[in-house]
Amino acid sequence: MPYALEATNDFVVKFANVNGSGSASANELFARSILRMGVPVSPRNIFPSNIQGLPTWYEVRVTEKGYLGRRGGVDLMVAMNPQTWKQDVAEIEPGGYLFYDNTRALPPSAFRNDINVIGMPLTEICNATYTDPRQRQLFKNIIYVGALSALLDMDAGEIEKLFSEQYKGKEALLDSNVKALHLGRDYAKKELDCPIGLRVRRADNVGQRIFVDGNSAAALGCVFGGATVCAWYPITPSSSLAEAFIAQCRRYRVDKQTGRNKAAIIQAEDELASIGIVVGAGWNGARSFTATSGPGISLMQEFIGLAYFAEIPATIIDVQRGGPSTGMPTRTQQGDILLCAYASNGDTKHVLLFPEDPKECFDFSAAALDLADRLQTPIFVMTDLDIGMNQRLAEPFAWDDAKRMDRGKVMGFDDLEAGRQFGRYLDVDGDGIPYRTYPGTHPRRGSFFTRGTTKDAFARYSEEGPVYVENMERLLRKFETAKTLVPAPILRPAKQRTSIGVIHYGSTAPAMNEALDVLEGRGLHLDALRIRAFPFPAEVERFIAEHEQVFVVEQNRDGQLRSLLVNECGIDPARLPPVLHYDGTPITARFIIDVIAKRMAT
Amino acid sequence: MTYITKPKLHHPSLPTNRLGYTRRDYEGSVSTLCAGCGHDSISAAIIQACFELSLPPHRIAKLSGIGCSSKTPTYFLGNSHGFNSVHGRMPSVLTGANLANRDLIYMGVSGDGDSASIGLGQFAHSIRRGVNMVYIVMNNGVYGLTKGQFSATADKGSKSKRGAVNSDEPIDLVGMALQLGATFVARSFSGDKQQLVPLIKAAILHKGAAFIDCISPCVAFNNHAGSTKSFDYVREHNEALNRLDVIPERQTIEVDYEPGSIEEVVQHDGSVLRLNKLAPEYDPHDRIAALTHLQERHAEGEVVTGLLYLDPTPRDLHDHLATVEKPLNVLDEAELCPGQEALQRFNAQHR
Repeated sequence: MPYALEATNDFVVKFANVNGSGSASANELFARSILRMGVPVSPRNIFPSNIQGLPTWYEVRVTEKGYLGRRGGVDLMVAMNPQTWKQDVAEIEPGGYLFYDNTRALPPSAFRNDINVIGMPLTEICNATYTDPRQRQLFKNIIYVGALSALLDMDAGEIEKLFSEQYKGKEALLDSNVKALHLGRDYAKKELDCPIGLRVRRADNVGQRIFVDGNSAAALGCVFGGATVCAWYPITPSSSLAEAFIAQCRRYRVDKQTGRNKAAIIQAEDELASIGIVVGAGWNGARSFTATSGPGISLMQEFIGLAYFAEIPATIIDVQRGGPSTGMPTRTQQGDILLCAYASNGDTKHVLLFPEDPKECFDFSAAALDLADRLQTPIFVMTDLDIGMNQRLAEPFAWDDAKRMDRGKVMGFDDLEAGRQFGRYLDVDGDGIPYRTYPGTHPRRGSFFTRGTTKDAFARYSEEGPVYVENMERLLRKFETAKTLVPAPILRPAKQRTSIGVIHYGSTAPAMNEALDVLEGRGLHLDALRIRAFPFPAEVERFIAEHEQVFVVEQNRDGQLRSLLVNECGIDPARLPPVLHYDGTPITARFIIDVIAKRMAT
Repeated sequence: MTYITKPKLHHPSLPTNRLGYTRRDYEGSVSTLCAGCGHDSISAAIIQACFELSLPPHRIAKLSGIGCSSKTPTYFLGNSHGFNSVHGRMPSVLTGANLANRDLIYMGVSGDGDSASIGLGQFAHSIRRGVNMVYIVMNNGVYGLTKGQFSATADKGSKSKRGAVNSDEPIDLVGMALQLGATFVARSFSGDKQQLVPLIKAAILHKGAAFIDCISPCVAFNNHAGSTKSFDYVREHNEALNRLDVIPERQTIEVDYEPGSIEEVVQHDGSVLRLNKLAPEYDPHDRIAALTHLQERHAEGEVVTGLLYLDPTPRDLHDHLATVEKPLNVLDEAELCPGQEALQRFNAQHR
């Protein structure tokens, strides 16, 4: 008998499936039922650029302590895909478990002798119970969930409750799913050694948190933030964001009396048109946004420069994926930081927001619409595939009903009628932000001509050097103002005084937090700063100044945020050792601990 | 449009329209285009059309791309908001602007390089979406600002000023607009104000995608012998199908016309387009026949002008999207934000 891993509420289960086989909903059911037992889980889809036939994985980290980053390693492999058998078996930790369909016998060479093998004749059971091929396929997934519930000592009642919520009013579906669940559970209880060394024990560590993907969250942020125009072009991993917005508008934005829509959503012909529509709508006073990924941002460059220079509000949500070029379309990365920070020709700088999870996807998308209006410029929400396309446990969303949209500095009819001076690019308040008017406001005052060419403070065409410089300097003043308006960084001080710091951002946060706990346990103390926006608020420079060395942890090859820190804050690069993870999988605490511990030991 | 700086003061007897505006109130700043440029005549026609329709100037938004044609919005409607965007992308910017506020009149001005080359895709997609706009292409078959290269509408065999012969097939924007479902399609000539002004007026009144291809000779680079976009060539080969009168309210016809020579089309707002048919057999409501006729005449080297196609009951993008009547840019929190209670329900559904 091989050694058998023992762990309660702290292990990783990975499902190896075939894309399009209906496994996704069964796997999600598995993850949710553990949540319902009060134990946090963190699932991740690992999928190919494919609709049907290629391998796909679903990795569930069960974590009572609430570490939501990817752990790495697999304790229980549910191997349902013969195509990937070899690599799936190889990935199991020594002493781990392999669950598979043993309807057809496999030679001993297909296995390893340092893992525990659990075979169950899933196909045979299905074929004996169902005649319809699609049912055989779909219920096979539910049957293995039933078996796992017995093997891991889970409460089947929670799964039944999830079924009854999902199939409310569809009793036939409810009954057949419950039946399949018990078919698997009863077989496992009777024929297999239950439970195995990995167990789920009821806890109370989920609390009020919700389980939601970042793309839905960002879309909802746009609904709450008052976006009325959305233009997009399908691109993984951002498509589900626009689709979520469509669904949410159907729910929240249909006028009850007339049945008409309080939002206009256009699936454009390409990303150039998406951003053009967003810019046109922003110019005309509607809150508008687009959702895209790196290649889309590449196409939008010219318009982004126009919006920067002509000072037009636009919200761009970049769900980052692996680049360059088509890159790794279904893998995660933080690879667009520099692309977005300095997007377009000429001297440009843009505001970036870095949400860490779905909660901040919601908050920052709504905030981006306010910031875009306030600063009259493009605002980027830099999320990524890891946050966007995976359901994540997050704090419940909250909204203050007293909050009003910040429409920024807009002169209305009364201002103009009263004879208030209007210069479209005139810095009246000293913060670099001028006033604007919406088209159609006043019959004789306040109209102006918007252009991407140089102009004076009154929007008149001018190629005069001093006029150009004055305008460019004002744009810098506006960027300074932005530092005071964007979300401030969050400090996690070490328990002991230390001269070592670490900076991280976005989806690295859960792995980073876990790594800090572990490092602390090993006596390695670091102050951590999670940056939430560019331009960097003053706290960032202060933090770096207060530490001798500051690790910068990010998920790209070139240390892009580090470059921004060096460039914008004038910091000696030697003081900022990079910690870079960019193989397309989400960064893990194990990886961060490894690099930092090694570096601190020398 | 004006070539010379005029004093702000004008003669008290200058005629005013229903709103009390003179023609001068619809002008812009001094044109910087070449003297004699066809584009300036089109600008003048736009000014005339808006004046005659008594449109409040601030309720018009004028948008353009890049190029000589796209500079013209500076030269007309000085009291309107204007947007000189990026090359070939006016259609998307206009689409977004239109979505934000459906109550304004949107005038998109573009050129043949802007719409038929770099912006062909955006031209096509804005037409097929049925954006409520007037889309005018000032078509001279040549790149003016970069000094004389052929554009995608230059006819095959047409000769450049330097003597090069164009070997590429031309893109016919009118044919494309017809195929892509434009509900108002016209072609005109910058040198024919009598024809052009009523066409622009009718296009403004049309509630849908209205496209006007206006041949507008480039005096600097494409007005020589051997060009098919020169003043002389277009004058010689202009085949006008009809003449249009735009009548804001229904009036009785006071003159007797030959039977079949006059057609009155009532627009959605009650205004009437009175079509004086010069080619009695031509039916401007038959999209397919229009396409055939255009191609046949083009093969003969003729330039067909006039109102080519009209759908008097168009549906526009806002109809397709079923958006609310109120402009989206004035909706407030109460209308847009579902609020904390709805959010709590959302939270509950995600546990």
